[in-house]
Amino acid sequence: MQVGLTHFLVVSALLFCLGLYAMLSRRNAVAILMGIELMLNAANINLVAFNKYVAPAALNGQVFALVVITLAACEAGVGLALVMAAYRNLETVHVDEINVMKW
Amino acid sequence: MVELAWLIPLLPLAACALIMAFGRRLPGHGAYLAVAGIALAAVLSIGIFFQMLGHAEPYEANVRWMLLGQVPLDLGIRVDALTTVMLLVVTVVGSMIFIYSIGYMHGDPRYPRFFAYLSLFAASMLLLVLANNLLFLYAGWELVGLCSYLLIGFYFEKPSAARASMKAFITTRVGDFFMFLGILLLFLHLGTFRFEDIFAKVREGALGPLTIGGLPLLTVAAVLLFGGAVGKSAQVPLHTWLPDAMEGPTPVSALIHAATMVAAGVYMVARMFTLFFASPGREALEVVAWIGGITALMAATIGVVQDDIKRVLAYSTISQLGLMMLGLGVGGYTAGMFHLMTHAFFKALLFLGAGSVIHAMHTNSIKEMGGLAKVMPSTYWTFLIGTLALAGVFPFAGFWSKDEILLETLHHNSTLFALGALTSFLTAFYMFRVILYTFMGTTRSPRAHPHESPRVMTGPLWVLAGFSVVVGLVGAPFLGNPFQGFLHFEGVKAVPFSLGLAAASLGIAGLGIVAAYAVYYWKFVPSSALRRAVGPLYTLVVNKYYVDELYAVAIVRPTLWVAGALRSFDIYVIDLLVNLIGLGGLGLARLYRVVDIYVVDGAVNMIGVAVGLFGQTLRYVQTGRAQNYLLVIALGVIVILAAGLFR
Amino acid sequence: MGELAAFIILSAITLASAVVVVTSGNIVRSALSLVPTFLGVTGLYILLQAEFVAGIQVLIYAGAITVLILFVIMLTEGGTGLRVRQTNEQVPLSILAAAVLAVLLVGVLAQAPWPRAAELLPQYTASGIGEALLTNLVLVFEVTSLVLLVALMGAIIVARRER
Repeated sequence: MQVGLTHFLVVSALLFCLGLYAMLSRRNAVAILMGIELMLNAANINLVAFNKYVAPAALNGQVFALVVITLAACEAGVGLALVMAAYRNLETVHVDEINVMKW
Repeated sequence: MVELAWLIPLLPLAACALIMAFGRRLPGHGAYLAVAGIALAAVLSIGIFFQMLGHAEPYEANVRWMLLGQVPLDLGIRVDALTTVMLLVVTVVGSMIFIYSIGYMHGDPRYPRFFAYLSLFAASMLLLVLANNLLFLYAGWELVGLCSYLLIGFYFEKPSAARASMKAFITTRVGDFFMFLGILLLFLHLGTFRFEDIFAKVREGALGPLTIGGLPLLTVAAVLLFGGAVGKSAQVPLHTWLPDAMEGPTPVSALIHAATMVAAGVYMVARMFTLFFASPGREALEVVAWIGGITALMAATIGVVQDDIKRVLAYSTISQLGLMMLGLGVGGYTAGMFHLMTHAFFKALLFLGAGSVIHAMHTNSIKEMGGLAKVMPSTYWTFLIGTLALAGVFPFAGFWSKDEILLETLHHNSTLFALGALTSFLTAFYMFRVILYTFMGTTRSPRAHPHESPRVMTGPLWVLAGFSVVVGLVGAPFLGNPFQGFLHFEGVKAVPFSLGLAAASLGIAGLGIVAAYAVYYWKFVPSSALRRAVGPLYTLVVNKYYVDELYAVAIVRPTLWVAGALRSFDIYVIDLLVNLIGLGGLGLARLYRVVDIYVVDGAVNMIGVAVGLFGQTLRYVQTGRAQNYLLVIALGVIVILAAGLFR
Repeated sequence: MGELAAFIILSAITLASAVVVVTSGNIVRSALSLVPTFLGVTGLYILLQAEFVAGIQVLIYAGAITVLILFVIMLTEGGTGLRVRQTNEQVPLSILAAAVLAVLLVGVLAQAPWPRAAELLPQYTASGIGEALLTNLVLVFEVTSLVLLVALMGAIIVARRER
């Protein structure tokens, strides 16, 4: 059997859902960021797969994937900086102990 | 002048209304207005009298009141000879008594009210005599009864006066009930209230063959009407109220219970004489005559043993009224009315004189009086004139009228004549007994300081005395008996004058006077010996033949018992039902209260509690934690996705 | 045939490591498991003839980002090794959400009739990317670099100690 578009799409879907699970159920802020990275990777796999099987001529998918990686890096950096700042002020990295948004 | 007859009752009525409204603000505290009312009525009456003297036709004025089905009901007034006589008597005697009252009632706290009541009485009495139909007659009848009640009970703080006024009203009510039955009976069969219509139909024989309960209808109706007269004119057996009515002020006794109101019964019989005359075998007239005769004698006997001066006069009035009824009953239409007229004058005079004496001595009892002739000459002489008139001494008024009655009686029935003659003897006896006790001899109350009454009181006394002297002459046979010519009944022939009987009646009166002197002045036969001689008869008479006691046991007590029973019924049954309904309502209200608190309020509160709980529960959604919100977003997205996919 | 085998192995590595990442009780283990995950993804890129992207993936993801994460774990005492509960109370609902989403996505993506292209990728994609970045997509390129600059500055400012 040939490896087709569908295979890649399934893998990326599963990866995405795993990332979603992490984002929803982990207490550590860094773990949540890890989940976000997983989700971004899943999206990237989708982009590249579509580029190959649906629109190979322009390589837009791959360029898009590169941009996503770049942005993921930025976002990870800023996010982790935020975690550090939050840790400094609130003494905790566990997000379920931070409920300042209640009022 | 006769067209103004309708004004006559309205003048005192207007006086009454004004006095009720303004009372003390009027000049003389209303007395002058009252006197003006009756005096003007007297002027009008005199004017009408002179007009009627000229053989004027009877005058009627009618007003259509309503239609009963097809039959129109007219009400109005009638002025004929009978009316004229009554008008004169009521207004002239009334004026004198009104003037007398100014002095007698002086200082009374309810002075204006007295004159208002007196004026109302005058208006009612005048309505009664002017009526041309049974309805107005009955209306006036009831109104005078009301005024009698108000005036007898004028000193209502005295329990005896209050009781007397009620006794008067209730006793006359019994008579009025029978009278009303008579009126209804006549109306049912003849369809009209108007006198002339009734008389015309009766003369045609409309009620001739009819019977009721086996008795001829006409007789029954006439006797029922007479029932009212029995009550109003204090005949046996409804005579018991008149002596008690002496609780009222003396002018009231004079006006109402001597001169006018009690004469209304006699007037009514005279007015309805056609009915009585037409009854088969004149049976109705027989009833009238016998009741009159028995009453006359019985009352005279009781009058002999009374010590209260007003009671003597009261029983005398009952006796004289009996004589009038006797006169009418034996067919002496003119004689009866003549005696009514003369009696009004001298009885009013006697009462006013008694009032003068009471005013001076502050006691009613003749046993505490004496020797007043020198101290109160005006009162004495006028009282003497009145007594002579009552006793029937020539040439005073009573002689002529009583003689006529005795004349008619003699020609009718000897037993009745005997009753009349004996009554005359006793009348002279007891009246002179009063004079001897009151005015002669020496005073029995040394501490009293009597003095003559003021001019306003003695003036009317002299006027009435004057009338008592001369008014009898209008019926004097040697003057041609103008009274007979003026007032007579078609179909009844007056018995011609008999000098022998006149002498006999004078002799009887003289015997009575001599007997009185013998017992009380010359003391040939001391009164105590006389008392012992008649023994049980004396006891019977002193206790007024025990009539009051009989009524108390036979009528009053059962009535009170029934009233008590009804009261119990009312309290325990009717009030019970009402209270049960009330309790039911109360119970229902309590039930509603429970329902309201626990069910209605419960439901309302539950909504509040539910909302609170809901809020409490929803509170947990706001955790302030981003991950919780993220989960909701994720679930929401999945739901939308699914919805979009499976649409 | 070989392609299929390679695909399966790479997918397995990726997914298994991803599972470790999301479920491990030890935060450091989670972080370190990111490496095989990213490397697995790299392999998938190579299978998809996206060599340049694969290279960048290794450099950036498996290199910079993983190290960054580890540094932050170190600096925030998350990796003290104490047995701290790592999952919150939402676990069941999260599993449910993830599972349902997985089912839906797989169902939709697998079923959709994607338009298959006839042509093939150019032989050397790297040069193609470079050419595209500097001609057609030069704006994207420039803006991305601007974003990088801003993010850099922002991270420094946010993470800096208060004076």
